Amino acid sequence: MSTSAKPIANERHVTGIPTARLITWWVIASEIVIFGGLLSVYVMHRLGHPEWAAAASHTNTLAGAFNTFVLLTSSLFAVLAHKAADAHDGPRAAKLLRLTSLGGLIFLTVKGFEWTHDIHEGYVISSGGFWSYYYTLAGLHGLHVLAGMIIMLIVAADAAKNQELQRVECIGLYWHFVDIVWIFLFPLLYIAR
Amino acid sequence: MSTQVHHAEPGIFQKYFWSTDHKMIAMQYMFTGMAMALIGGFLAYVFRMQLGFPNKSVPGFGIVTPGKYNAVVTMHGSIMIFWVAMPILIAAFGNFLIPLMIGADDMAFPRINRLSYQIFLVSIVVLLASFFVKGGAFGGAWTAYPPLSASGAYNLTPAGATLWLVAVALEFVAFLLGGINFTVTTMNSRAPGMKMFDIPLVVWMIVLASVIFMASVGPLIAGAIMLLFDQTLSTGFYDPSRGGDPLLWEHLFWFFGHPEVYVVLLPAMGIVAEVITVFARKKMFGYKTILYTAWATGVLSFVVWAHHQFVAGIDPRMANIFTVTTLLISVPITEMVFLYIATLYGGSISLTTPMLWALAFVAEFMIGGVTGIFLGASGTDIYLHDTYFVIAHFHYTFVPIAIISVFAGITFWYPKMFGRMLNETLGKIHFWGTVIAFNVIFIPLFMTGVAGDQRRVYSYAQFAEQARPELQHLRTTSTIALLVMLSFQVIFLINFFWSLRNGKRAEANPWRSTTLEWTAPSPPPHGNFAELPTVYRGPYEYGLPGRAEDYWPQNDPS
Amino acid sequence: MWQRYIIEASTYAQSIDHLFLLIAALVGFWFIVAETVFFWLIFTFRKKDGRPTQHITGEEKHLVRWITIPHFLVILCDIVILVPAIMVWYNVKEAMPPAEQTVRVIGQQWAWSFQEPGPDGILDTADDIRTVGDLHVTVNTTYHFELESRDVVHSFAIPSFRLKQDALPGRTITGWFRPDRVGTYDIQCTQICGIGHAMMAGRIIVETPQDHAAWLLHNSNPSAASEPAAPASQSGSSIVAEVRR
Repeated sequence: MSTSAKPIANERHVTGIPTARLITWWVIASEIVIFGGLLSVYVMHRLGHPEWAAAASHTNTLAGAFNTFVLLTSSLFAVLAHKAADAHDGPRAAKLLRLTSLGGLIFLTVKGFEWTHDIHEGYVISSGGFWSYYYTLAGLHGLHVLAGMIIMLIVAADAAKNQELQRVECIGLYWHFVDIVWIFLFPLLYIAR
Repeated sequence: MSTQVHHAEPGIFQKYFWSTDHKMIAMQYMFTGMAMALIGGFLAYVFRMQLGFPNKSVPGFGIVTPGKYNAVVTMHGSIMIFWVAMPILIAAFGNFLIPLMIGADDMAFPRINRLSYQIFLVSIVVLLASFFVKGGAFGGAWTAYPPLSASGAYNLTPAGATLWLVAVALEFVAFLLGGINFTVTTMNSRAPGMKMFDIPLVVWMIVLASVIFMASVGPLIAGAIMLLFDQTLSTGFYDPSRGGDPLLWEHLFWFFGHPEVYVVLLPAMGIVAEVITVFARKKMFGYKTILYTAWATGVLSFVVWAHHQFVAGIDPRMANIFTVTTLLISVPITEMVFLYIATLYGGSISLTTPMLWALAFVAEFMIGGVTGIFLGASGTDIYLHDTYFVIAHFHYTFVPIAIISVFAGITFWYPKMFGRMLNETLGKIHFWGTVIAFNVIFIPLFMTGVAGDQRRVYSYAQFAEQARPELQHLRTTSTIALLVMLSFQVIFLINFFWSLRNGKRAEANPWRSTTLEWTAPSPPPHGNFAELPTVYRGPYEYGLPGRAEDYWPQNDPS
Repeated sequence: MWQRYIIEASTYAQSIDHLFLLIAALVGFWFIVAETVFFWLIFTFRKKDGRPTQHITGEEKHLVRWITIPHFLVILCDIVILVPAIMVWYNVKEAMPPAEQTVRVIGQQWAWSFQEPGPDGILDTADDIRTVGDLHVTVNTTYHFELESRDVVHSFAIPSFRLKQDALPGRTITGWFRPDRVGTYDIQCTQICGIGHAMMAGRIIVETPQDHAAWLLHNSNPSAASEPAAPASQSGSSIVAEVRR
C-alpha cells in the first residue's frame, strides 16, 4: 500500500474546480471565520473603549507600513510564481516562491525588532486591553506567516523538480489571504484613532 | 482502470498506525471513540453514585469530594461531546462511508486525513494527561465560563484548565481538517453519474455538519486563544477588573455551542435515514425537502445561541429576539421528523436490530425536541435554566444522537466494516436493556429539575427544599437505572468482539440495500472497488412496481 | 400538580407556572399525536409476506398534505406559546414595578451576603444591615435587588419565587420580586462557581410587617451592625458559612 500514489478520488473534479484549489478555498474559508471572529471582537471593544487610542499611538506605524509593503511585494512574487507554474517552468516557480518566502522572513524580522522595542518600552501582552488584542491578533497572523513560509518552501522543493506544480497556485492563494488579513490588521491596529 | 501499483504486504505499523486508507482511519476514530465512551460512561457512573448514594465511597473511585465532583462532570460532558459523539458520528462514519457511498477509492487527501487523526490523538493524550497533573482535571464545567476558568485561584485546577483548553483546541483543528477533506471529496470525487440529489442522505448530513462546524468554531477558536492567554499570560480579556468581560466568552462559546448540537444531530439523522429506508424497503419521503429542512436548520442554528444566556446578564430585550428564533428552529426539525415518520407509510418493516435502534432514535428524540420548547420559551427558562430539566432535555437529544444512532450505524454497517454478521439475539437484548434503562434514568430527572434541583451540585444537603426524601428517591432511581444501562453495554462489547472472528461471514449486500457501499466486498479491499462504479439513479429506489427485486441499486445499468 | 413539588411564593411565580402548563398542553398534544402515528405506522406496515411496498417519492400532493398541514399548525402553536412567553419575560425581566424597598445581593465564593436598608428604609446609609446567608423581607412588598459578584459568575435563584438571575463581576444587575407568602425559602446559586458551589445556600425569610419591624429593631443598632462577610480566601480553603440572624 503506497502512501505516495494519489487516489483516483484526488484526480476527479465533478464541480469543475481542481481539487487542490477547492481544498485551499475551504481552508481559507475556515481561517476567515477565525480571524473574522477575533477581529470583530477587537473592533467592538475598540469602539467601546475610546481610551485605547492613547495606547495604540505607541505602535510603530513606520514598521507596520514597511511590513505592509513587504507583504504586498511578496504577494507579487507569488503571482509570478503561479504564472511560471502555469507555464510548466518549475525551477522558475520555485525561485519565485523562495523570494516570496524571503518577504515573509523580512516581515517577521521587522516584527521581531518592533516587538523587542515595544517590550523594552514596557508594552507587553498583559499591559492592558489594547495591547492584549494587538499582540494576539498580530501574533496569530505572524504564526500564519511562518506556517505559510514553511509550506511554501516545501512546495518550492517539489516545484524545482517540476513536481506538484498545481500546489504553487494553492500556496499562493493562501499567501494572498495572509496578506489580506494584514491589510485589515494594519489600519485597525496601527492607524486607527 | 486500476491505480493499484502492487506493493509488498504492509507491516503492522504501516497497516494499523500509519495508514492513509480511509477505512483504517475510520476504525481508528471508531475504536478511540468507543474507548473514550467507556471513560465518559465511567465518569457518569461516579457522579451518579454520589448523587444516588450521597457521601458513600464509590466502588472503583473512592469518596467524591466537591472538587472531584466538579472535575468529573466537566470531563464527562467534554468527553462525550468532543471525544465520543463527534469522532464516531462524523469522523468514523464519515471516513468509512463517504468514499464508498460516492463510489471513490479513498478521500481526496488521504495524508491530510491521517494527519487529522494524529492531531485528534494528541488532543486525547493532552486531555487524559490533565487527570494526572497537580490539582487534577479541570473543574469549571464544559462551558468553562471565566473568570472561573481563567484563574487557578478560582477553579483550583489551573494546570487541568489549560490542558483541557489545549485539548479542545487541538480537537477543533483535527475536525476542521477532517471536515474540509470530507467536503472536498464529496464535492469533487463522486462517481460518474452521481448528481447532487443522488448522494445518500448520510453523506449530505456529514458534509453539512462539517460546514456548520467550520462556520461556527472560528470565533470560539479566537476566544479560546484569549482564554488561554488569560490563564497563562495575565491578559484580562475576560476580567472585568482589567476592562474585560465574562459575557464575551459566553457569546463566543454559545455562538459555536448551539450550531454544534446540529453538527452532531445531522449525521445521526443521516444514519437513521439509511437504516429506515433499507428496513422499511421504502424510498425516503421527500428527500429534497429533508435536505432543505437540514439546510434551513443549519442556517437558523446561527441565530439562536443566546437562549443559553437568557438570564446571563444580557440585555433582557435581546431575549425576545432569541426566544422567537429558538421556537422557530423547532419548525424545520419537526418537519424533518414528520418526513421520517412518513417514510414508514406504505413500507414493509423488518424489526432487525439496526431498525430497532433507528426507530428508537425517532421516538426518543421527540421527547428531547418537545422538552426543548420549555427552555426556548424565555418565560419558563427563567425557572428551568441550570436545573436538571435542562440535563434531562439534552440527554433526550444527545443520547439518541451519540448512542442510539451510533448503535444503529454500527449494527447496520458492521458486516461491511468487518465482513461478519453480529448476533441478532444479543443485539436485541442489548437494545431493549439500553433503551428501557435510558428512560428510567432521565424521566426522574425531569421531575427533580422541575422540583428545583440545580446542576453541577454534588450534594443537596444544604438546600431544605431539595433535601427531601421523595426527591432523593428519584435521584437514586436514576442512578440504579444507569447501573443497569451500563451493565447492558457488556453484551454489546461481547457481541462486537466475539463476532469479529466468529460471526457468520457477511456477503457483499446482506441487507439488500441500494447504495454503493454494498456493491463492494465485505470488507472492502484497499481501493474499495474492483471496478469503480457509475451511477444511474438516486439512493433510495425501493419498491418499484414491475421489477423483480424490491430494490434497484444505484449502479445498476439495467 | 407540581405545586406539591415546589410552592409559589411570589407574584410572578404563578404566571411562569401557567406558561409551563400551556407549553405542556400544546407540546404534549403534538407529542402524543406524533408518537401514536409513529407506532401505528410501524404496526400497520410491518412486513407481511406477499404485500409489496409502495413507491412513494414524497411529492404526491395528497400525501404531502399530511406533512404541510401539521407543519403550519406547529407554527401556529409556536406563536401561541411565544406571545405569553414574551409577556411573562417582559413582566419579570423588563418592566420593573416601582420599588418599595431595595436590597443588595452579593455573591462570592462561596456565600451570599446581603445589604438591607435599616429602619430609615434607605440603602447605603449608616443603619444598613449586612447579613450573610439570610435575607429578611416583608411579605406583599415590592423589592428591587441589586445583584453583584465579587469574583466569578454566580447566579441568584429563589425557586419558590421562580426567580433567577446570573451575577456577573464588574456589573450590577437589577431585578425585582414581590413575595406574597410568609415563610422561609431556599436561595440557590445556579451557576457553577468552584468547589463550594453546593455550599452557596441561602435563605429568604418572608415575614409579616410586624415581624420584620421587630427584626430590624433587633439588628439595626449601628454599633452592633454585623461585619460584612470576609471574602473567601484565594486558596479556597475556608468556606464561609456564617449565618447571622
